[in-house]
Amino acid sequence: MSESAAKKKSAGTSGPGGTGKPGKSGKTGRPGKTAVKSADSAGRSGAAAVAGAEQGASGGAPRLSVLKTYKLFVGGKFPRSESGRVYEVTDSKGGWLANAPLSSRKDARDAVSAARKAFGGWSGATAYNRGQVLYRVAEMLEGRREQFAAEVADAEGRTPAAAAAQVDAAIDRWVWYAGWSDKVAQIAGSANPVAGPYFNLSTPEPTGVVAVLAPQESSLLGLVSVVAPAIATGNTVVVVTSERSPLPALSLAEVLATSDVPGGVVNVLSGRAAELGPPLASHQDVNAIDLAGAQGELAVELEIAAADNLKRVRRPAPVDWTADPGTDRMLGFLETKTVWHPTGALGAAGSAY
Amino acid sequence: MPPVTTTATAGTAALADATASDAALRRYLHGLPGVDAVGLEARAATLGTRSIKTTSKAYAIDLAISMIDLTTLEGADTAGKVRSLCAKGAHPDPTDRETPSVAAICVYPDMAGIAAEAVRGTGIKVASVATAFPAGRAALPVKLADTRDAVAAGADEVDMVIDRGAFLSGHYLQVFEEIRAVKEACAREKGEDARLKVIFETGELSTYDNIRRVSWLAMMAGADFIKTSTGKVAVNATPANTLLLMEAVRDYRAATGTQIGVKPAGGIRTSKDAIKYLVMVNETLGEDWLSGRWFRFGASSLLNDLLMQRQKLRTGRYSGPDYVTVD
Repeated sequence: MSESAAKKKSAGTSGPGGTGKPGKSGKTGRPGKTAVKSADSAGRSGAAAVAGAEQGASGGAPRLSVLKTYKLFVGGKFPRSESGRVYEVTDSKGGWLANAPLSSRKDARDAVSAARKAFGGWSGATAYNRGQVLYRVAEMLEGRREQFAAEVADAEGRTPAAAAAQVDAAIDRWVWYAGWSDKVAQIAGSANPVAGPYFNLSTPEPTGVVAVLAPQESSLLGLVSVVAPAIATGNTVVVVTSERSPLPALSLAEVLATSDVPGGVVNVLSGRAAELGPPLASHQDVNAIDLAGAQGELAVELEIAAADNLKRVRRPAPVDWTADPGTDRMLGFLETKTVWHPTGALGAAGSAY
Repeated sequence: MPPVTTTATAGTAALADATASDAALRRYLHGLPGVDAVGLEARAATLGTRSIKTTSKAYAIDLAISMIDLTTLEGADTAGKVRSLCAKGAHPDPTDRETPSVAAICVYPDMAGIAAEAVRGTGIKVASVATAFPAGRAALPVKLADTRDAVAAGADEVDMVIDRGAFLSGHYLQVFEEIRAVKEACAREKGEDARLKVIFETGELSTYDNIRRVSWLAMMAGADFIKTSTGKVAVNATPANTLLLMEAVRDYRAATGTQIGVKPAGGIRTSKDAIKYLVMVNETLGEDWLSGRWFRFGASSLLNDLLMQRQKLRTGRYSGPDYVTVD
């Protein structure tokens, strides 16, 4: 039976979720995958639907659709998991979408090294430059709206319109934080009046390497909402994607890689929060951890582990990701540096500063 | 395989003949079997795939630390920097006194005296580079004076560079005589002679065949150690060229009964790399070489990575560069 026949048959008879599961390699079980796609995307203009139409139109040999191997994003490169493991990612109805890498603690360690390596350059870049880079991410994402809308729709079981709204909000969120990048010092810093002939200036500085457990339910908007504020101020990030729907985040890595974001500034790991959380929380070279995607006992356990080297910890809390983000998350991963500088002749002249 | 003879003395006699004249030496060195480059690299790569975990890893890390020639060879070296390096070598991890100390501190000759003073009583050796390191481009009297200076200042070991220009031009006997002369300059009237490490700068020798030839040349000339590189050129120690040195050392002992040490240097930065080399030592040379007396790592940043791995094994938490010194 040819592939196109297999597609048509399973699309017509078994429907989503009722098709064969693929093997671990990610390269087998193609008919199952495409069947789900074509059944699922009927009536929606997505890449899969276009692929389906091609077969009918060409008339010759059916075209085999090219499946994507989702990979991690570490240090600006796209490696497979060091462990070689993958896990099956399904859509909201249980139909197979793709295999995603199941990261191990060694991947987490490698990601932290990459983030540490990138920290000097990124935190040392001018705030204006960082803002430009973040804006560039929004530009790149804008160009791939449809792909992301389809991925978010699959991942979260949203209607095409609702998924597109999520992607638009995610793009706008990059722009929001891009704008804040060179303004945060104005609201988080100050010139302090002191009783002496000194300039006394407090300026915000990035905390360092921030580990982020991204929200579980909002696969793209939630992830952008926790990553963008951390890197806008000069931190570098290791982010663990939503466990159930990692694909939009892994695709976002491709956008970051082509947006002038230096390698290592954002490192994306897919896998289990319960497996990756503990090594990140106890890692002595991680300066802060955002537990947005950790729930219940795991969050408590991670908070205890994080106390070891006095990490900054952001506890999980229910958040409406579509709401105005404010500056809270940005200000959470900053340290304050205060400089005393003699005023010299100015002080001698009797000036207040 | 080089001509392995049945008795060590017969082998030694054959080698003595080989060094009788420039022509004989050339005949001997060019008579060594050619290196199978693909096989050598494949063998080195295979030995790098062993998985060393838990207690074996802990053992390997401690062994690797005890084999390090902790090195600072910068134009900007100061007495203070050398002293702090010596202090670090003696107690690499101040949070854990169980950590073994390194094998030696490797410095430029003018710092040898300062290092010797600083390591007194710790059992750590002082290694000094000499002979116009790293280029080796100086007249023989200058090189010998450089060596004598280092020995007089208290160097326990001398790392000399060969004259690569002479070697590549085929003046083998000149290189041979030079090593001999430096070896003589390592002698001490009172106390032990300084051990001589001969640096080949394998990255400049172009072929594996040349590396095999120079290994034999140096061993016949009296090297106590053979060493891959200065760490100052683009290609430093690689698993393949170090394996080639090890094979030469193994065969030399089979032929003559004399044991020679091996020191890869440059470019070994991670614990993983170091452990790969240790596997190679064990598989190629055996346990006789698994100590700081017979195998060394020429490295500076390797120690910090080993310490971080050691802390990870001890505490279960990944460590970071904040917990080791900045050198």
